[in-house]
Amino acid sequence: MNQPLFEAVDLTKSYGSVEALRGASFSVGAGEVVALIGDNGAGKSTLVKCMAGAEQPTSGTIRFEGRDVRFDTPTDARRLGIETVYQDLAVAPELDPAANLFLGREIRRQGIFGALGMLDKKAMRTRAAAEFDRLGVRLQSIDVPIGSLSGGQRQSVAVARSVVWASKVVFMDEPTAALGVVQRERVLDVIRRVRDEGVAVVLISHNMPEVLSVSDRVEVLRLGRRVARFTARDATLEDLVGAMTGALSQEEDT
Amino acid sequence: MTAPTVENGGAIPRRSVSARLLTANTFWIALVLLALIIVFSVLAPNAFPTVFNFQRLAIETAVLLVLAVGMTFVIITGGIDLSVGSVLIFAGMVSAKTMNALSDGGSAIDAGWGVIIAGLVAAVLGGAVWGFVNGFLIAHAKVPPLIVTLGSFGAALGAASLLNNGSDIRTVPTVLKRALGSGTSFGGIPNLVITAAVITAIAAWLLHTTRFGRYTFAVGSNPEAARRAGIGVTGHLMKVYLLTGLLAGAAGFMSLAYYSTTGIAAHATDNLNAIAAVVMGGTSLFGGVGTMLGTVIGVFIPAVLKKGFNITHVQDYWQMIAVGAVLVAAVWFDQQRRRARNRL
Repeated sequence: MNQPLFEAVDLTKSYGSVEALRGASFSVGAGEVVALIGDNGAGKSTLVKCMAGAEQPTSGTIRFEGRDVRFDTPTDARRLGIETVYQDLAVAPELDPAANLFLGREIRRQGIFGALGMLDKKAMRTRAAAEFDRLGVRLQSIDVPIGSLSGGQRQSVAVARSVVWASKVVFMDEPTAALGVVQRERVLDVIRRVRDEGVAVVLISHNMPEVLSVSDRVEVLRLGRRVARFTARDATLEDLVGAMTGALSQEEDT
Repeated sequence: MTAPTVENGGAIPRRSVSARLLTANTFWIALVLLALIIVFSVLAPNAFPTVFNFQRLAIETAVLLVLAVGMTFVIITGGIDLSVGSVLIFAGMVSAKTMNALSDGGSAIDAGWGVIIAGLVAAVLGGAVWGFVNGFLIAHAKVPPLIVTLGSFGAALGAASLLNNGSDIRTVPTVLKRALGSGTSFGGIPNLVITAAVITAIAAWLLHTTRFGRYTFAVGSNPEAARRAGIGVTGHLMKVYLLTGLLAGAAGFMSLAYYSTTGIAAHATDNLNAIAAVVMGGTSLFGGVGTMLGTVIGVFIPAVLKKGFNITHVQDYWQMIAVGAVLVAAVWFDQQRRRARNRL
């Protein structure tokens, strides 16, 4: 494998006496979907949080485009084009889809009013509509509070919000949990589209058929450490489950 | 980071104007106000719908409106500020003290504009100090707003009383009283009302069209989402409480000009009146929802009720009961709306 776009090496993270990560490693290349799987408590969410800047690892190295990087906040990561879709939908339910899409990245007006902080709401609505259209997110209206949308639509907006801004890497922590079949397919479509544009996608999922259908590679985490790597094409359900439960191990303990 | 560059936008429609109107809290509360005005106008056609009456109504609500404008920002963030009435008194006291100290013989009665402007600055700064204290304790120390501002509600009043040994200051510059307190412009519009209207208009602009306003809604709607979107939630809350303190300071100066006293005993329920006005105006106590127009209407409903009861010779204690009922109804509607939404 050539130089990965994004790489975590030997990350540890302890909360007091609890070790959530014990030397976990992970890598993903541009234009690749890598599924990160593992049993409950394996440390998937913690690993993603550390890689996305939401938490800081106790020790270990994160490399992006070949350089060592350190993210003190998710904003640091975002500046490099690294976005995250969190498991709990972090949307503002009282704001409309366009406002949510542009949250923290509002377009201001030209000239003096823009300098005073005045927003260009029309431009944001238009561009939001175009982006939702491109990503296949169907909404009846662009200006209702997103709290009044269905759970699936809300999730689609949350996914779209990260994907639209992710120019390099997007982490998705169970983006299809709590979705219906149609909505789930739509999110998976979005993942494929984003990958085809050259973005690295990291997908946490519990749904093994979904993992095998959408990802190019699979990395397995167990007890805070990577225990196996597969090419999705060659892997079977039994391989994945075996690695998750510890029946099968490729990487030696260090 | 590059912005998306897709040209074929506008595929998703906005709702129609009527659909947006019917779901707006502000629309319904405006109907209530309109109905009240019509009812009282019919009951007292010679006394209620007069220029003089509306002038009195506007001038008597001007100070409260400025407090309520600040309160609107705070409540949209999901917070509350119980201290505004005490901060108003404190600011008025600091202002009066400053103006007296700068005048010959310790009485500012004959003071000129230089001293008055110093008094204005003192009032606004006095308000800002309490806003800063509130904001710091709420945003940084994470003490619940209810407790912080209950504390500063008492503390600001105590501090104001200490400044003049518990008695009011009544030596307010005559020039100020004439200009801001009782003066009119543009053929009879009270200057106090114009001041309040300008402040409200600027605040409405800030809330509804700027990034500051957008962040205020976002922080109230879901602080975690706002934080993840890169919004400095702590800093923003600081600014909101600071703004509210600042506006309470300005209201203190207006109150001083109008009543020509610091009114230590007169503002004990201003906080609740401001909160009631904001909430009646459709701003949600749970945060994330609200309009400045609604607050203006919410300020006028109790005032119209009181005036109307006075004119129609109903004891105005009924006003308190009516306002209480409308307030509870407004919050109940808000909760119903939320429940209906969350069921989806």
